[in-house]
Amino acid sequence: MYFKKKIYLLAIFLLFFSFIKNSYSIEPNIFVQSTVNRASAILSNNFSKEEKIEKLKEVAVDTVDIKGIGFYTLGKHRKNLNDQQKKEYSELFNKYFLKSFSSRLAEYSNPKIDVNSQEKINEKYTMVSSVLIATDERPEVKIDWRIYTKNPEKPLIRDLIIEGLSLARTQKEEFNSIIQSNDGNINALFSSLKEFINK
Amino acid sequence: MLLYTYFVKMKKILIISLVTICMTFSASAYANDPTNVKDCSEGFNRASFKFNQGLDKAILRPIAIGYRKLPNGIRAVTSNFLNNLSNLVTIPNNALQGDMGKAATNLARLGINSTVGILGMFDVAKGMGFEKYEKEDYGQTLGAMGTGPGCYLVLPILGPSTARDAAGTVIGMIGGDPWFNVTVKNDTQYFKDSDYYISKGTTGVDFRAKNLDAIDNLEENSMDFYASIKSLYLQDRQKKVLNSEKITETQDDSDWDEVSSN
Repeated sequence: MYFKKKIYLLAIFLLFFSFIKNSYSIEPNIFVQSTVNRASAILSNNFSKEEKIEKLKEVAVDTVDIKGIGFYTLGKHRKNLNDQQKKEYSELFNKYFLKSFSSRLAEYSNPKIDVNSQEKINEKYTMVSSVLIATDERPEVKIDWRIYTKNPEKPLIRDLIIEGLSLARTQKEEFNSIIQSNDGNINALFSSLKEFINK
Repeated sequence: MLLYTYFVKMKKILIISLVTICMTFSASAYANDPTNVKDCSEGFNRASFKFNQGLDKAILRPIAIGYRKLPNGIRAVTSNFLNNLSNLVTIPNNALQGDMGKAATNLARLGINSTVGILGMFDVAKGMGFEKYEKEDYGQTLGAMGTGPGCYLVLPILGPSTARDAAGTVIGMIGGDPWFNVTVKNDTQYFKDSDYYISKGTTGVDFRAKNLDAIDNLEENSMDFYASIKSLYLQDRQKKVLNSEKITETQDDSDWDEVSSN
């Protein structure tokens, strides 16, 4: 009898914790929609361009896996970096990404994005499909979001795939080109990043 | 009967081209991956890219900015007209890729839009339930048949390409593009050479206008604009050859392995 009671208590305990755990996990499509809403609210506001850029940077820091994208974009070269270079690269990439990302977005005024569906690829990734609604200036644009869900409580954006073209992959090939055209010297990439950050 | 003869002729041209290209370029799925496409003549390509950028800044971009100021209706009509014209190349390629369903739909679209839709200016067929499909060309057909892209190329004026896609363009010029045949290749009393070049130029302006901000933005935020355009072009062609909308089929998840997050 005592053993049975113990089993019940254990079951309730496990159920409670699984509920707590589930209650904090965020569905990737909801995460994307809320990120889009945050960005739209900034872009449609009467902030100056500089203010918009600063606020968009805050959104990016919260929602994008900048460190992960940074090392992905290094590709095979990341294996050749020592700890000091990795640290320097992470810092440079972080500044580069935030500057590039926010200035790209700041050009848009009140973009309307509809989040449509999501497809779980595996435990670590879910693809969320959305559409940037057409305006008089440009046609409708299909945007897929690669969401890293290893920690379901803190999903992170790892890539944007615009009309089937991956931004992370494009970045990776751009970085590789800079390194290759300088005989594999990673410092050439560091110099280019510094130049971009300071321009 | 005329259509059948045309397809037999096209098939012959394509087989000869395919054999020639296969002897020159690698033919494998591995070779289709953008990361494996070699930039065999990067010096020439970069020079050509720079030349094209000059042309873009001096001519194409200013025209595209002006074009964007035209009323929506005029731009939509122009876009529809050009899309309808592109069916002339898409249809034989649908058929050569064995996609007879799409070939029939596109043929119906071409027929309806060229007549009821007044020379393709209005997409009446869409309203009648004929779904609009992606454009196909001879480079895509060669790719679908297993021909690798070969070396990456930047052609003066024409822009990014690969050896395979350039061969596809040549196939169009030696009989594969009916619009080229009736305007430039053969002397017909109905069309002039300039009709072909104007249509191609307008296609370029229409594309530039639709992507004006995206391309300007990319240029401003790229450290190596040449490499970014090359990557985007090769990804786009891979997607089109595979006829896939799914990024999961074009991007290997293992690329992200070992990467730690924030």
